[in-house]
Amino acid sequence: MSTNILRAEDITMQFGGVVAVDNLSLEVNEHEIVALIGPNGAGKTTAFNCITGVYEPTNGRVEFCGKEIVESYPRGKMKKTYKGENAGKYSKRVVLTPDKITHAGIARTFQNIRLFSSMTVFENVLIAKHMRAKQNLFTATFRLNHAEEQRMRKEALELLEMQNLAHLKDEIAGSLPYGIQRRLEIARALATEPKLLLLDEPAAGMNPQETQELAEFISQIRDQYDMTIFMIEHHMDLVMQISDRVYVLDFGKLIMEGTPEVVQNDPRVIEAYLGVSEDA
Amino acid sequence: MSKKTNAIISAVLLVALCGFVVVLEQILPSTHIALTVLKKSCIYALVAVSMNLLNGFTGLFSLGQAGFMLIGAYTYGVLTIPVADRASVYQYYDGGLIQFAAPVFVGLIAAGIVAAIFAWLIGLPALRLKSDYLAIATLGFAEIIRAIFQWDKLGMITNGSNLLRKFPTFKSVLFPLIVCGVCIAVIVLVINSSYGRAFRAIRDDEIAAEAMGINLAKHKRMSFCISSFFAGVGGGLLAMYQTSIQASTFKSAMTYEILLIVVIGGLGSVTGSCLASFLYIACSEWWLRFLDTETYIGSFKVPLLRSGFRKVVFAVIVMVVVLFYRKGIMGDKEFSPARVYDWWQKKKAKKNAGKEAAQ
Repeated sequence: MSTNILRAEDITMQFGGVVAVDNLSLEVNEHEIVALIGPNGAGKTTAFNCITGVYEPTNGRVEFCGKEIVESYPRGKMKKTYKGENAGKYSKRVVLTPDKITHAGIARTFQNIRLFSSMTVFENVLIAKHMRAKQNLFTATFRLNHAEEQRMRKEALELLEMQNLAHLKDEIAGSLPYGIQRRLEIARALATEPKLLLLDEPAAGMNPQETQELAEFISQIRDQYDMTIFMIEHHMDLVMQISDRVYVLDFGKLIMEGTPEVVQNDPRVIEAYLGVSEDA
Repeated sequence: MSKKTNAIISAVLLVALCGFVVVLEQILPSTHIALTVLKKSCIYALVAVSMNLLNGFTGLFSLGQAGFMLIGAYTYGVLTIPVADRASVYQYYDGGLIQFAAPVFVGLIAAGIVAAIFAWLIGLPALRLKSDYLAIATLGFAEIIRAIFQWDKLGMITNGSNLLRKFPTFKSVLFPLIVCGVCIAVIVLVINSSYGRAFRAIRDDEIAAEAMGINLAKHKRMSFCISSFFAGVGGGLLAMYQTSIQASTFKSAMTYEILLIVVIGGLGSVTGSCLASFLYIACSEWWLRFLDTETYIGSFKVPLLRSGFRKVVFAVIVMVVVLFYRKGIMGDKEFSPARVYDWWQKKKAKKNAGKEAAQ
């Protein structure tokens, strides 16, 4: 039995009167590739943002490696206007900022690529090493952290070599082709030495061949780094090919969970994606 | 060109610059405008680089520089006025509260530290703001500080709205040149360190930087404090240059002057800021002076030349520079011998290619 690494319980995110994510509970086990799918506007990215601390959920909690990273309950004005369930279940407030959550071991990529576009490929990866370096402003300024700096550079270079990006290391990140930028973003996320990798639509804007390469790349990362991967994806063939389990979200609600084969043939999923025929 | 040769040539150039300044000082009379311009542009270069660290490298649009310079200038002045002169300086306040005099360098470092402490305090609320709002908040802070330092209830320390004077000053250009040089070198070291990379990451994309585990609040505050520290030191030096301190000289116009230098030099370029500060000071105080005096060629009076015309021409020059160099003189590039060498090589290669094509 593999152990549970990420557990989200009763996540509800309400913006004004709109419930973007409604009572979402999910689990990701170690060494799994789990996909979160759903039509546009289903609340997938919002769910990601709740897990990584970009948003504070209105209600619910998130546990990572047995440690609580997010917990919240409806407060202030939201107390009256809250439309979700489990209103009284949580009474604590734990809000870690995204950098603390990354420090704890969750790395992520973004739906619209967010590289440091004026910096080189190498620097992009090197920045991810900053967080775990043993240094302070004084030692870093006067180069007393020489050994540490060398280690960071060496590790960053090794990572680029592993991802076949080493030959591009001095290129400006913003000038790279789209597919490479996606790869670099994943490499940069890996550089933070995470236990769990969250990918937000890694195949967006890719052609079938690039998508196929990406599928291999993701499985490879999982095996190479013994990583757990949780991703949002629209490309069904990619999802069906590499994921172990699939969660389906529609209008913020979890409508089902299961293996790719089961999900693919479920009428509720087909209905959510294609709509239901009038005369059926 | 290898890194080592580049460093050696840069060092040689810097030493040559110092040598040139020493020779210049021997040749020219000590009141010559060139020396005044050099002194002032060194100080402005330091403050511009410190502002560039914040605006160009961390992406925080702050306009509080004059305020931090004022704090630095006052700290320096208050700490270093000789005890014997205090009675005459603080004549309305019974000789003032402080009855000791610190050495010059202690005074300058204290100027930086006090400015940094103020920056830390201001940063707690203000750094939660972004872009223009941060600019407004810091600008407001600078104005408030100026008013507070003129408050006569604080006169025992700040001498109210009266001048602070008789503190130790410098005569040689070498003093501001070396002090500013060392300070700018430290800022460059910060920029090229791991923390400098984190600052640039924040400038490029805050959300991504946070997702990379960079603590935004901490790093922004750090950048703000470092920048203010050096603005404070710059303020202390400016006080030495002016030989007296009055809060009313540190108006927001001073911040805009420095902002102009930073933008013209290039946001994100240290050498650009240094170059631009020299050009700015030289233009506004020296090279364009002739436009302010009525001139006769024979009996013909040259039209337009009269007091104030200099500023018109200067404004036009600034506009032209901004139009043709939209990212400033240096963009976000740095001047280095290696870059000049590369540029020269490329030009040569192009020429050769052109020749071959012609054949």
